Amino acid sequence: MTNKDEQAIDLQKVLNLSEHPKRPSAITASLTFGWRALLKIKYVPEQLFDVTAFPIIFLLMFTYLFGGAISGSTGEYLNFVLPGILVMTVSMITMYTGLDLNKDIEKGIFDRFKTLPIWRPAALVGALLVDMLRYTVASTIMISLGYILGFRPEAGITGIILGILILLLFSFSLSWIWTFLSLIVRSEKALMGISMMILFPLTFLSSVFVDTATMPGWLQKLVDINPITYVVDTVRGFIHGTVTSDLILVVSLISLGLIVIFAPLTMYFYRNHS
Amino acid sequence: MNKEDNSLQYAVEADQLVKIFNNERVVDGISLQVEKGMIYGFLGPNGAGKTTTIKMLATLLKPDGGSAKVMGYDLQKEANQVRRSISLTGQFASVDEDLTGFENLILIARLVGFSKKGAKNRAHDLLKAFQLEEAGKRQVKKYSGGMRRRIDIAVSILTSPDLLFLDEPTTGLDPRSRNQVWDIIRALSDNGTTIFLTTQYLEEADQLADRIGVIDQGVLIAEGTSKELKASVGAGRLSVHFHTQEDLEKAHQILKSLTDEPIEVNEKGMLLTVPIKDHSDAANAISKLVNEQIQVSDFQMGQPSLDEVFLTLTGKTTKQAEEGGIKHDE
Repeated sequence: MTNKDEQAIDLQKVLNLSEHPKRPSAITASLTFGWRALLKIKYVPEQLFDVTAFPIIFLLMFTYLFGGAISGSTGEYLNFVLPGILVMTVSMITMYTGLDLNKDIEKGIFDRFKTLPIWRPAALVGALLVDMLRYTVASTIMISLGYILGFRPEAGITGIILGILILLLFSFSLSWIWTFLSLIVRSEKALMGISMMILFPLTFLSSVFVDTATMPGWLQKLVDINPITYVVDTVRGFIHGTVTSDLILVVSLISLGLIVIFAPLTMYFYRNHS
Repeated sequence: MNKEDNSLQYAVEADQLVKIFNNERVVDGISLQVEKGMIYGFLGPNGAGKTTTIKMLATLLKPDGGSAKVMGYDLQKEANQVRRSISLTGQFASVDEDLTGFENLILIARLVGFSKKGAKNRAHDLLKAFQLEEAGKRQVKKYSGGMRRRIDIAVSILTSPDLLFLDEPTTGLDPRSRNQVWDIIRALSDNGTTIFLTTQYLEEADQLADRIGVIDQGVLIAEGTSKELKASVGAGRLSVHFHTQEDLEKAHQILKSLTDEPIEVNEKGMLLTVPIKDHSDAANAISKLVNEQIQVSDFQMGQPSLDEVFLTLTGKTTKQAEEGGIKHDE
């Protein structure tokens, strides 16, 4: 028997599939996409650079740069600023979700994903789930380093965990802005530019670095309506045991609002992307 | 599902499909029918609208006009049912190059609903059938062009789809890999899979397709079996080589008396080339030359190229067609 005949028989075997498998659930589909994202990290571990290097550089830089000037000592400032920089760093890293999608979606495999009878958002949700993992890595690194430098959270480990959880919720919601932008902006460079333009003022004009009471009145008004300020105050509140239910509610509403607006927009442009 | 539905006659029924990009009608009212079980070849130059048509039929693009039924389901209203019975192998690898061949199969197998164990078994079976068992462990970006095509098709038939779209399955492949892909396509067809493929090569359409549609600037300009197409275009060209200049000149005169077609003379290569209507014309011409004691050192029959098909059907070359066409056929 020739090679060709053998191949024909093997092919015949694989084609005689007795039944079509059932459509996977939304959760299975999302987790499968998550698995794909994990494999990508396995093959290109450099992808983790942003979640490891950013937290270290940011924390060291801002603590020693501003610590003396703002609080008189770096030790005291660290307790104040660490939750802020944590929010800032993770918010900044969410931008990479959009950049990755922008690159990924140009590849032929997205055409295949679209022809599969699956829950459509699964491809994005799966990727975002793995991003949650990346944000957790970033948070852990930053808090560990902070601890070495003298950071002492007043609400202990529970406060830290709750603080990180609400930050993850906010990051997940924020990511939908970048997934949306990545579908309507054509080049990676432009996307990077737009993301930076949004993120820089948003994170700096907030309560990340200083108490808003020290700002001039007009700026204080601006900073007080900045969603990042609410997130920072909430995370800081959890970590130091001063959080209020109002703050938690506001951050939850902001997160929900971002998802309600940007998830459908993302899905609309995802469906019609060509 | 549809495999059992023997009453279904057509795998694809398109009615006046239209797609507009930037005010250009990239697909301009295409109607066609593909019988279940056949290989349908969609032939045309770059930018003719082949990929756009295939993308609409595979639910990737929404038509701006017209309608279509794929495996009996309405393209717009029953997109999910359509997706369940088709598969698409795009022009550019529709696999994840960072993952291994095996991981690619598992990924899609899980997404079409196989269990973890079922996905693994299926992946192994497919790698074997496509002779990629060894390569399965390597990242796809390290594959050769032919291997990429094979893993791509393997992923496409995970669910054993009723209808498989192949967008230029052999473009850029060396002849050996091309033959391998052809064998796979034939084997799939023998097993009852309907295949809709696009190609730029008449030879490929001729080798594989039961029916061929020729597309130019978004319009179907001819349709039929390979035989019918060639009958309208001519069987191709006959090239005859000679030993001496004298023979070449004598042969030129004889051929001129046999045909009205233009004869190409290549004195440096001692070569005459003439378009022919069918193969008996060629036999006739050769025997005339031999009867006249002309020494023929060699002769060849060439298939008409897509260019010649185009020239006959549209009065312009594919190059002109591409320039006139729109470059959206990415």
